Amino acid sequence: MHELSVAQMAQGLAAGAFSSLELTQHFLRRIEAHNGHLNAYISVCAEQALASARRADAAIAAGQQGPLTGVPLAHKDIFCTAGVRTTCGSRMLAEFVPPYDATVVARLQAAGAVVLGKTNMDEFAMGSSNETSYFSAVRNPWDTDCVPGGSSGGSAAAVAARLAPIATATDTGGSIRQPAALCGVTGLKPTYGRVSRWGMIAFASSMDQGGPIGQSAEDCALLLQAMAGHDPKDSTSIVEPVPDYCGQFGGPLDGLKIGVVEEYFADLGDAVAARVRGALAELEKLGTRLVSVRLPRSHLAVPAYYVLAPAEASANLARFDGVRYGYRCAEPVDLLDLYCRTRAEGFGAEVKRRILVGTYVLSAGFYDAYFRKAQQVRRLIKEDFAAAFAQVDILAGPSCPAGAFRFGSKTADPVAMYLQDIYTIAANLAGLPALSLPCGAVAGKPIGLQLIGNYFAEARILGAAHRLQQATDWHRAVPAAEGWR
Amino acid sequence: MALQPDEIARLARLAHIQVTAEECGTLTERLDAVLDMVRQLQACDTAGVEPLAHPLDAVQELRPDAVADAESPETLMRNAPAAAAGLFLVPRVLD
Repeated sequence: MHELSVAQMAQGLAAGAFSSLELTQHFLRRIEAHNGHLNAYISVCAEQALASARRADAAIAAGQQGPLTGVPLAHKDIFCTAGVRTTCGSRMLAEFVPPYDATVVARLQAAGAVVLGKTNMDEFAMGSSNETSYFSAVRNPWDTDCVPGGSSGGSAAAVAARLAPIATATDTGGSIRQPAALCGVTGLKPTYGRVSRWGMIAFASSMDQGGPIGQSAEDCALLLQAMAGHDPKDSTSIVEPVPDYCGQFGGPLDGLKIGVVEEYFADLGDAVAARVRGALAELEKLGTRLVSVRLPRSHLAVPAYYVLAPAEASANLARFDGVRYGYRCAEPVDLLDLYCRTRAEGFGAEVKRRILVGTYVLSAGFYDAYFRKAQQVRRLIKEDFAAAFAQVDILAGPSCPAGAFRFGSKTADPVAMYLQDIYTIAANLAGLPALSLPCGAVAGKPIGLQLIGNYFAEARILGAAHRLQQATDWHRAVPAAEGWR
Repeated sequence: MALQPDEIARLARLAHIQVTAEECGTLTERLDAVLDMVRQLQACDTAGVEPLAHPLDAVQELRPDAVADAESPETLMRNAPAAAAGLFLVPRVLD
C-alpha cells in the first residue's frame, strides 16, 4: 500500500479497496518499525491520526471526497500544530505546544488529510545535513551512514523510506530541494508568497517558503494545490489565483525552451554532470529545446545569502527570551542573566553562530558594507534571472554539487556546509519557484535535477517534471538495499 | 581581518547570548571563515543599485483594524515558563 501514488490512494479509497483507517495503520506500523533507526519523525501522532482517518472514512462514505481526503502525510516540525508539540528541531521549543494551527496545517486538515506526525529538521531550519537538530540527525534511507540533507531532512527521508506518502517542508536557501535531491525524491519550493507563512516558525522571512515533498511531481502538485493560496493572516502572501496544477499536466512540451545554466556546471564533478545532462537529454527527446544561458552573478548568491539570512534570523530569533514560551535557564540571578543563559543553553552552536553573524552585519558601522551591499547584490541576482527568463521558459541545472555525504564530514567547516546550497540559494534570493527531481545516482547516492521557473510558473515546472517522470523511472528507484521498502 | 575577543564579547552582549571563554576560540575561527566568505561581495560593483528587501518588490498590505478570532490570554500563556495571575514572571527588575 505504501508504494501507491497519492492519486492511486484516492482511487483505492473511493473504490473501497481499503479504508483511510487501514492506510493510516499501515503507515503507523512502518513508522514504528523503521523510525527508531531513521529518526525521520520527532513526534508521531498515532491517536490523532486514527481519529482523523475515521472522520475521513465517514466523509468518503458520505460522498464527500477530495483529492487528499483520508491520505496520510507528515508535517515538518516547523509548522505549528494545535495541541501537538512543535519543536523546530530546537531545545528552545522542545516542550512547546502551540495553541493554534499554521495556515498550511489548517488547510490540509480541511482537505481531509491525516497527519501521521512531525518530521525532524535542522534546528530552526539552519543546516544542510540535519546534524544541527537537537533531536539527533535523520539518517539517509539510501545509506544510513550518510546525511539526508537539510533542513527538511526528516520530510525527505520519510517520503524516501515510505514512512509517509507526502510531506510538507520549507525552503529558505535550498531546504526542500537539497534533501529531496539527497534522498531521491521530488520537492518544490514555490514562488515567495505562494504558500502562507502564518504559523510557520520564521527563520529568514523574506526567503522562507513552504512547499511539498513527494515521490513524484504529480504527488507534489496535489499537495501544493491544498497548501497554496492567499492568506489574510500573512501580509506577504500574494493575492493571485491558484491554478489547477494537475489539470495543466496534459500540455505538450514541444517548443518549450529550457535554459541550461552554464555557471552551474563550471565546478561540477563529471559523474554528477553526466546524470544531470542525461535527464536534460530526455527532456529534449520530449520536444523541449535546450539552450545555454548565463547567470553571471551566481557566485555571489551564497555570500549575499549568508549576510541576509543571518541578519533576518538574528531579528526573528530575538523573540526566544525565556519569558513568554520556550526554554528558560535554571535560577536566573537577574533579567539579563535570564536572557543570556536561556539563549546560550536553548540554542545550538549553528543557530548561535548565525545570530552572531546577523548581529555583526546589522551593527553600527557595518550595516552599509554588509547588509545594504548584500541587498544590492540580491537585486543584481534577480536581474540576472529576469534577463535569462526573457530568453527561455525554464532554467535547469543540478540541485546540489554531489550526492549524500557522510555524517561529520562537513561539520567542522561551516563554509563547506554552506556550499551545499550553491545552486539552490539564488532562487530564494530572487523569490522564484524551483523544484528538484531525481535523475539517477552516483555510487548509489541519488542526484537531483533542478528546474527553476519564472514567478508563479509552478504549473510549468511541475508539468515538465511530470512528463519527464512519465518517460523515465529515476523517481521510482528505491533504497532497496536498506530494506525500507 | 580576524575578529578580536572583545568584538565577540560585544556581539554576544548585543545578541543576549552568553559566550564562555572556552567557546570563544572555535567561535572566532568559524565566524571569521563565514565573514571572509561574505566579503566576496565587496568586489561587486553596486553603484546606483537599489537594495532589494522583498523579492517581488511588494508593498505592505494593510488589513482593517478590527478584532479577529483572538486566542484567550489563558491559552496563550499556557507555554509560559513562569506565570501567575495572568502575568509573566521574571526575576526582579526594580529594587
